[in-house]
Amino acid sequence: MPEVAHALTIERSEGGVCLKLSGRLDANTVAEIWDEALGAVKGKVTVDASAVEYCDGAGSALLCELRRRGGGEITGLRPEIAKVFELFGGDVEPDDTAKKPVNSPVETLGRLGADFFQDLWEQVAFLGQLAVVFLSFRGGTQRLRWSDVWITFERAGVQALVVVGMISFLTGLIMAFQAAPPLQQFGVDIFVVNLVGLAMVRELGPIMTAIVLAGRSGSAFAAEIGTMKVNEELNALNTMGLDPIRFLVAPKVLAGIMVTPFLIIYANLLGVAGGFLVMLLRGFPPPALWQQLTSAIGVHDVMAGLIKGFVFGGLVAGIGCLRGLQTREGASSVGISTTRSVVSSIFLIVVVDAVFAVVYYVIDF
Amino acid sequence: MSADAIIKVKDLSAGYGETALLEHVSFEVKRGEVFVILGGSGCGKSTLLKHLIGLLPPLAGEVLIDGGNLASASGEERQKILRRIGVGYQSGALFGSMTLAENITLPIEEFTTLPPEAREAIAWTKLKLVGLENFTAHLPAEISGGMQKRAAIARAMALDPQVLFLDEPSAGLDPVTSAELDALILQLRDALGVTFVIVSHELASIYAVADRVIMLDKKAKGIIAEGKPQDLRDNSKDPFVHKFFHREAA
Repeated sequence: MPEVAHALTIERSEGGVCLKLSGRLDANTVAEIWDEALGAVKGKVTVDASAVEYCDGAGSALLCELRRRGGGEITGLRPEIAKVFELFGGDVEPDDTAKKPVNSPVETLGRLGADFFQDLWEQVAFLGQLAVVFLSFRGGTQRLRWSDVWITFERAGVQALVVVGMISFLTGLIMAFQAAPPLQQFGVDIFVVNLVGLAMVRELGPIMTAIVLAGRSGSAFAAEIGTMKVNEELNALNTMGLDPIRFLVAPKVLAGIMVTPFLIIYANLLGVAGGFLVMLLRGFPPPALWQQLTSAIGVHDVMAGLIKGFVFGGLVAGIGCLRGLQTREGASSVGISTTRSVVSSIFLIVVVDAVFAVVYYVIDF
Repeated sequence: MSADAIIKVKDLSAGYGETALLEHVSFEVKRGEVFVILGGSGCGKSTLLKHLIGLLPPLAGEVLIDGGNLASASGEERQKILRRIGVGYQSGALFGSMTLAENITLPIEEFTTLPPEAREAIAWTKLKLVGLENFTAHLPAEISGGMQKRAAIARAMALDPQVLFLDEPSAGLDPVTSAELDALILQLRDALGVTFVIVSHELASIYAVADRVIMLDKKAKGIIAEGKPQDLRDNSKDPFVHKFFHREAA
């Protein structure tokens, strides 16, 4: 008994299976009969397409697949439909070599390792190129584009004041809120000022500022330079004789180095203000809080944070630019570069901060 | 208005915001016709195309595709009209994070109930159509500009549209590839009855494929000539049309 499904009739005999197709073979009808038609292909199949009235790309794909799997002939195609079938590849077999080979786990691991060391090498080379560029600045054609430095200074610094201020103020406030009750049990809740002051000035101020800088500005540098690379603007700079490192990267890195300490001072002030607000609400007079703060924090503590700021600023701007320069092709690559810039920056900020902690401990700073 | 017109443009004013680049433009495109929009730089060819495919709303007038108005349609009705058209953009506009096959299977997956292997088989046939069947797993960035243009046409053909709009399909292609593309356009028209609306100013391609052309002019803000390209070349009295077809300086 023949099985019927819309445009498909399946006839089984001792000689094999005969599929009779009829009517319109478009995306809708092909979607209905695809599984059934290919499910019937076991061994040699002949396809009778004499009753097919219309066949588009979807219909041609079905005929191609039936012939590929069944190996049989397609008969009875009307001349105009045969023409369409031929146009859509009815005359050739799909070539599996078009598919890219899948890497083995060992090969994948090897590639990951190679990529890691390649990235490390590129970071070192980038640092070297940047150093050479900074050392070679002089007047004329080798001058630094100060206008770009100030633009970046404004975008990365002035325009970040609100977000840096809010985060720092709230962090100081939260720390004081959390620390005051337990310290009060021992009658030393005035030391909340020491806690907030030292933590902000030496650690949290620099780190939070650097992380905000990585999220706001480092990612923007990566996206900007990455898009320029995708649009061949970096090639244009190169062929004009303008080194992208000198023209694009150096002003951004310099602006990052210059602006970060200012942002850190601002973050410190607002963080301490947040802590002070809690203490004022708990009834401590302002002069007592100020005296406690000045006795707890020395100039060297402030300097310890600011020195980190110079390094973090250069690091975040440099990583952002490097990831931008490493962008490959296409819009998705710009997205990848931006993500990598933020992830690398935050990771390196923490690593560098740990190095600073050890060094400061060793030299008792 | 003739009954076999698949696109009807009635009294269209086209432009951006308040600025009209074209005013009171009316024309029709017949089913199975290769229709070319010509004109000098900045005359509004691409703007007109954007109005035809519904990317810009008309400042005045209307555009009907098989009786449907893209500008006023919404929801399912709009989807229905969009299923009838495919667009090949000048730069290809392929999705950079997807392989060529994935670029083609995306609309098939979204708008049909075909199983995955059917979608892949259709992607292969579409890429075979444009001679890229060996590049199914390649990303757009890994193939040449000419190949990207052909892949864009394959993607535009994904759902077997009745009308294909192509923006400068031959620009930047070598003469051989350009001629192959012309042959493909004619094959698709002859075999599948696809209607083509092409924006171009590649004269060789226009002579090879166009059944009818309209020429737009910046100053006139409208159509200054309409007909077969060979007729316009040989018989037009309009100085701009004459210069255009004879490649003479203004």
